[in-house]
Amino acid sequence: MTIVEKILARASGKEKVAINEIVMAKVDVAMSHENADVVLRSFRDIGVKKVWDPRRIVILFDHRIPADSEKTAQTHKRLREFVREQGIEHFYDLKEGICHQVLAELGHDRPGEVLVGTDSHTTTHGAFGTFATGIGGTEMSGVWATGELWLKVPESIKITVHGSFKKYVSAKDLILHIIGTLGADGADYCSVEFHGETIGSMSIASRMVLSNLSMEMGAKVAFVLPDDKTVQYVRQRSDKKFEVVLPDADAAYVQTLEVDAGELSSQVACPHTVDNVKPIKDIAGLKIDQALIGSCTNGRLEDLAIAAEIIGDKKVHNEVRLLVIPASRRVYLEALAKGYIETFVKAGGLVLNPGCGPCLGAHQGLLAPGEVCIATTNRNFKGRMGSPEASVYLASPATVACSALEGEVVEPC
Amino acid sequence: MLIKGRVYLFGDDINTDVIYPGKYLSITTDRGEMAKHCFEAVYPEFLKTAQRGDIIVAGKNFGCGSSREQAATCLKYFGVAAVVAESFARIFYRNAINLGLPVLIAKGIKGFTEHGQTLEVDLVSGAIRNTETGGSMTAQGVPEFVLEILTSGGLIPYLRKKLGIAGQEV
Ligand code: SF4
Repeated sequence: MTIVEKILARASGKEKVAINEIVMAKVDVAMSHENADVVLRSFRDIGVKKVWDPRRIVILFDHRIPADSEKTAQTHKRLREFVREQGIEHFYDLKEGICHQVLAELGHDRPGEVLVGTDSHTTTHGAFGTFATGIGGTEMSGVWATGELWLKVPESIKITVHGSFKKYVSAKDLILHIIGTLGADGADYCSVEFHGETIGSMSIASRMVLSNLSMEMGAKVAFVLPDDKTVQYVRQRSDKKFEVVLPDADAAYVQTLEVDAGELSSQVACPHTVDNVKPIKDIAGLKIDQALIGSCTNGRLEDLAIAAEIIGDKKVHNEVRLLVIPASRRVYLEALAKGYIETFVKAGGLVLNPGCGPCLGAHQGLLAPGEVCIATTNRNFKGRMGSPEASVYLASPATVACSALEGEVVEPC
Repeated sequence: MLIKGRVYLFGDDINTDVIYPGKYLSITTDRGEMAKHCFEAVYPEFLKTAQRGDIIVAGKNFGCGSSREQAATCLKYFGVAAVVAESFARIFYRNAINLGLPVLIAKGIKGFTEHGQTLEVDLVSGAIRNTETGGSMTAQGVPEFVLEILTSGGLIPYLRKKLGIAGQEV
């Protein structure tokens, strides 16, 4: 059996499950951010008085923090009241950071468990061998009420990565390359498993980049096989019991893909789809107005480290706005201690509070018509970061940092 | 369940930012208000020319992108009768079902109909008829469990029934 078959069998109390079978799965962790407000509305409609388990629900604010409008302020207020009313144990108000980083940091990600979130990039948590997927608000209200949800057992795609990256090439370039190869719907409804020694030698943060962006090829879940590194990371943060689940050697896959990491150069996803991927050199020289380092994809310490190393004591190009957004408060503190934040500020960058920033087009750095932004985020859809006439290019932290210095897209070297 | 409606045609990879722009995500509860912003940023003509009861027909990967339920909600409360597409992104597909908005996966729907023609869609059998051309085709049937949610009017009424919660319909 594949990982996903094993986890879903266990979560639904079965020995075995078949592809396409619909199972009722028990949920271990249910996460929502500001859109808990949508969940709340439906939860009230169901008419249940108490949530099924206040210890398993996580609510936090990250998408519009501090509140970008009176409406959001009301949303935050309503949810704080709900959290108190229900005794929700894990509530992180607007100070912690982006959900997909905070959950991992604070010990909510464990191998073999079922984690659902009202956010599409919930696939990120598959980096710990967790069945983690995004669901809608109404669906989550059902989880709040009953603790379970219906899931169709997906087919699996096996991606094996060998070799070591060239300097400045990283997990972001690898996954962009894979999305460019498979297409925006290439893994629709599927479970993706990442295998191979390249993945094994990756940091936890880099593994999270792979699982995070797999959503952009339609993946339902995206697993990195849990290993000692995973267990150690989780153990340091959670004292709950868990069991590592791995695929059988004879597991069946609908598709397999082999990638040689050593062959890769820096990649970019061009407007307006994430699968419009090219080697960065194809667009070198393109003038940029904004450079953004942050998000649940690439706002972690190693991302800020590489950016700070590249920037050093140089200055951001005069006509470029560099925005840096640490993914979480912890990342922010570590980056402060290591001097990265000072580097960014001295270079003329703007460091924003941990959170989603302009990634979803709500506030904090939106684009005007005709403007070009190079970002470490995960979506470049038309109108995603402000004007529908603006262009967003997705690339690695190294590429974004180099481009910010030059005022145009450059290949890091 | 037989649905009859005029076709509103879209292409491939229509994402949720296109269906429901991010700047309106702060609208979390007012469903009527959400319906006023369907496709507003990229296809503003939709709000002027689409009508209640229209069937959206689209290419592959309809609803890709974020998990925002508003994308399915705005279509439902606008009055879209059903969405028929070559394929759907999974979260949108689930959201639509859970909200009681019928969605059908119909390989070959592209080219089967033009904008403005009328379709008859049978949810149970998946049979689709183009009343203008007289052509017919079959969509993927909806699994029984999913059909139960759809015919209940969505997940909320379905759960209310299952949990034995009586009272006002929602
Ligand atoms: S950083 Fe962007 S992609 Fe990640 S959770 Fe926030 S809005 Fe979504």
